[in-house]
Amino acid sequence: MQSFRTLTSGVLPLDRVNVDTDQIIPKQFLKRIERTGYGEFLFFDWRKDPAFELNNPRYKGAQILVAAKNFGCGSSREHAAWALSNYGFRCVIAPSFADIFHSNAGKNGILLVTLPEEQVQTLLDRAAKTDSYSLTVSLEDQTVRDAQGFSASFSIDPFRRDCLLQGLDDIALSLRHAGELDTFEQQHDAAFWVAPKPHAAQHTGEAAQA
Amino acid sequence: MAEKSRTLFEKVWESHLVAEPANEPALLYIDLHLVHEVTSPQAFEGLRLSGRKLRRPDRTVATIDHNVPTTLEGRVNIQDVIAAKQIDTLRKNCAEFGVTLYDIQSAEQGIVHVIGPELGITKPGMTIVCGDSHTSTHGAFGALAFGIGTSEVEHVMATQCLPQSRPKTFRIAVEGELPEGVTAKDVTLGIIGRIGTDGATGCVIEYAGSAIRALSMEGRMTVCNMSIEAGARAGMIAPDDTTFAYLKGLEFSPEGADWDKAVAEWRELPSDPGATYDRELVIPAIELAPYVTWGTNPGMVIAVTDVVPDPAAAESDSDRRGFERALEYMDLKAGTPIEEVVIDRVFIGSCTNSRIEDLRAAAKVVAGHRVNARVRAMVVPGSQKVKAQAESEGLDQIFRAAGFEWREPGCSMCLGMNPDILSPGERCASTSNRNFEGRQGQGGRTHLVSPMMAAAAAITGHFTDVRTWEFKKEEVLA
Repeated sequence: MQSFRTLTSGVLPLDRVNVDTDQIIPKQFLKRIERTGYGEFLFFDWRKDPAFELNNPRYKGAQILVAAKNFGCGSSREHAAWALSNYGFRCVIAPSFADIFHSNAGKNGILLVTLPEEQVQTLLDRAAKTDSYSLTVSLEDQTVRDAQGFSASFSIDPFRRDCLLQGLDDIALSLRHAGELDTFEQQHDAAFWVAPKPHAAQHTGEAAQA
Repeated sequence: MAEKSRTLFEKVWESHLVAEPANEPALLYIDLHLVHEVTSPQAFEGLRLSGRKLRRPDRTVATIDHNVPTTLEGRVNIQDVIAAKQIDTLRKNCAEFGVTLYDIQSAEQGIVHVIGPELGITKPGMTIVCGDSHTSTHGAFGALAFGIGTSEVEHVMATQCLPQSRPKTFRIAVEGELPEGVTAKDVTLGIIGRIGTDGATGCVIEYAGSAIRALSMEGRMTVCNMSIEAGARAGMIAPDDTTFAYLKGLEFSPEGADWDKAVAEWRELPSDPGATYDRELVIPAIELAPYVTWGTNPGMVIAVTDVVPDPAAAESDSDRRGFERALEYMDLKAGTPIEEVVIDRVFIGSCTNSRIEDLRAAAKVVAGHRVNARVRAMVVPGSQKVKAQAESEGLDQIFRAAGFEWREPGCSMCLGMNPDILSPGERCASTSNRNFEGRQGQGGRTHLVSPMMAAAAAITGHFTDVRTWEFKKEEVLA
């Protein structure tokens, strides 16, 4: 995973509440089996409107997206995080984020910064009104600053912060507990004897498909 | 010393903790991993690239639901080459990694959140994940079940566990008897209307109260299904005799002495007296009504007797702008009675409302009537088993006679990844879970309702209070 330390970049203001993952990447692009190539489909339907912020040349190259509350709600599709990342966004700032999107963003090296609604509104206004507006987001200092004196600190789960700073692979981190996992699983299989277990037999319709 | 009183959530959570490293999320063991074609290909590929094995194929079950066409012809020869490739990729992956797959032609195929419960794979006290946000459905059995992204799908495949920070608990009690015509769907829409689409972010909801306990398993699944639409990580309902009666005799349920032992264990799961929650909300059942969403998220909801609300009522400027945008997208004016809004399409289906009880309720409304001439209406059963059961009860005949299309199982028009989509500008009464812009097709306008309300709208051509419905006898069809 790509690490995140400090980023200075242009800002795309998206002054909309409840931006859902269906808007970030519509369903027709979820049929692909690849993990890359989603950037061109980011906000596919909204981009058809010439006035949509992503079409505005002044925000070209922005790597920071600022949005209103409950960003990333709805579907669990990680394609939303892939689309943002593939397009070039490395950081999203909003008053709140949906849980699953929060997790998906972290796994793709996207830093999510939660700031109070008034501060986010200030950033939305400044990004829309100031030419060549840029922000500096430091994960090391946990701060967001602009050249006009805006300065805010944000909190982040320390573990998430470490993972982003070092670009750590979550699976490798979990496998540090492989011994505990083996022990737990043995006991659990016995204690939760009723738990799954679908038959090993394949219920496929391959004959009918062939 | 007496043991600490614990909630249902705490009991399931604590019995699945593999490790609790300091200053890190806990490592939670996952009992069951449900897999479908859309969110798994990149995860399987990730395993291959890193040379990792699928740790527990026996705790992994797959089906094909999101992409699959719902016509018999369409399923044999899938025209969408990208969808066909994704489906074929799941088949190859399941064969390579030894995963049970309920393929399109299987008698058990269906929406992943319908088949898990109906086969008895879903059980009380389990932890269940799937790369799909509506995994919360399985919480109806007293399982801790939640949706995950594809990186987490790969994580579970490789390790059978997930790093998870402990969610907060939120008890929502619906007390009293539900009024006539008010269904489980109306319970969940009523809750989301009250707390908003981010009202339960960071929380696991436990639904309780006499109205919840009176619900069937199908109804409980509908309520838990839409937990995510309130932003919740998961929704849970304590298992009870209703749960056990549903599970008894299912394909993967324990039998004989094992059954008795299992039930005895499951009876320990409900929250202890005196257990405490981070948040609580009580809703009197009498306050609930049949609902219709008017906007572009499930929190934008009104009773069927209400008018489309005024954006001036919004709590903040950004909410007001969202409100205005929703009215524009939905082509609705504030003050319009929702009953006057005419529709073009009706969709009865989805992991929210495609189970046998949903189809029975809709058929009861439809019997003896004809679908309005301006409306195209379809029923998509949640699974092959639901479809077969409905057909054995003659429900398909009632729907067909009234002019409904009777389709093959899948997610279908809930999200329109298959050929079932709305055309731009079309307005749909839908029993699904999301009315987001373009969800059912670009430019399509979705109104979420219960199966009974969808059926009534199909007949009259506009939203109609099912409490005033004239129930005719089926015989007139003969």
